[in-house]
Amino acid sequence: MIANLVQLAAEEEQNPLVPPGPELLVGTIAFAIVFFFFWKKLLPNINKVLEERRAAIEGGIEEADAMKVEAQSVLEQYKAQLAEARHEAARLRQEAQEQGAALIAEMRAEGQRQREEIIAAGHTQIEADRKAAASALRQDVGKLATDLAGKLVGESLEDHARQSRTIDRFLDELEEKAEATR
Amino acid sequence: MSADQTQLAFDWSCRIMSDNGCGFPAPGLHSFLFKPLVEVGGFEFNKVMLLALITTGLVISFFYAAFGKAKVVPGRLQMVGEAGYDFVRRGIVYETLGKKEGEKYVPFMVSLFFFIWIMNIWSVIPLAQFPVSSIIAFPMVLAAIVWIIWVSLTFKRHGFVGFFKNVTGYDKSLGAVLPLVMVIEFFSNLLVRPFTHAVRLFANMFAGHLMLVMFTVASWYLLNSWMIPAAGVSFVMTMVMILFELFVQAVQAYVFVLLACSYIQGALAEHH
Repeated sequence: MIANLVQLAAEEEQNPLVPPGPELLVGTIAFAIVFFFFWKKLLPNINKVLEERRAAIEGGIEEADAMKVEAQSVLEQYKAQLAEARHEAARLRQEAQEQGAALIAEMRAEGQRQREEIIAAGHTQIEADRKAAASALRQDVGKLATDLAGKLVGESLEDHARQSRTIDRFLDELEEKAEATR
Repeated sequence: MSADQTQLAFDWSCRIMSDNGCGFPAPGLHSFLFKPLVEVGGFEFNKVMLLALITTGLVISFFYAAFGKAKVVPGRLQMVGEAGYDFVRRGIVYETLGKKEGEKYVPFMVSLFFFIWIMNIWSVIPLAQFPVSSIIAFPMVLAAIVWIIWVSLTFKRHGFVGFFKNVTGYDKSLGAVLPLVMVIEFFSNLLVRPFTHAVRLFANMFAGHLMLVMFTVASWYLLNSWMIPAAGVSFVMTMVMILFELFVQAVQAYVFVLLACSYIQGALAEHH
């Protein structure tokens, strides 16, 4: 084909479509060198780097994903711990409250008991004192009354049995009177 | 082919309205011829070849600087290189051939794109100011390589009969017109396509260079007497054309690689 064109073109003087031989050679060599360099050296070089970059980017994405998952798990762990701590605090508070209430109730019961004890002891004491006083009084009053009656009547009531009976009768009368007036 | 003398002896005194009465030194075919810089044993080494070799040096040194010690975290230069590489790899090759089939052709297409682009860009670089690809030999070499890859790939994929079916667009349902279609398709695919592939790039750069030279030379030629405003217009047009050419240079490099990919895709495709 090229030979045909060359012949066709050569019929005219200075045809721009006729390729000059030396230029064909130089063009071939010039392009061949460019192609060879690209093919053997430069493009394998850059392709390797592009591949590395792709891997690096993908690796980075994977790493980021892994970090995200880890962060998520840490967050969940933290939340769980926080909830547990809250729960524990609430429990402790509750317990303290209960303990406090129990303590107060116990103290109150103890106080009550002691008060009752003291009151009971007081009552007993008063009763005993009253009985002792009443008994002493009775004897004294009996003696005084007997003495007085002896002096008045002029006769010694020596007969103990009689004496005692009389006194008792007198006293009972007194008590009855007291009861009636009350 | 010897260098044309009209282009080599640019007459700086040649201006409109000047008394030496010379005409406008219009650009033409002679603008695409160069006197040899050196001659080694009958081999004439000229400016275009030098630019082609500098193109090789530039493309390799840029990408060596960008990818030579490539890092996972890229520097500025590597980022720019990666953007260019990615543009061809994803934007052209993967788009047409798919990732699985296309990967094998990435080095070829990447070198093709940047080689053509830089060859085109010389058009607007001061001192160089000549698109290497406006010499048909360079696009032709590249189109020929693509053509060889396409033909051999079609043979490999489809076998001898399959190759002809693929190239001739064999389709039984066409009936009576099938022979005609086969002949047209055969010539279209096998002969016309590589030609148009090369000429598309060549003609764009050729025409662009003519326009740039025309406006540049006119800017100087008109810079005299009352024609000075016209020189200003011509100069503005030069600027506009430079911007336009920058666009065309990139587009043509892109189109060349895109077509190369689409031809290869045709070879890989199953025959229906």
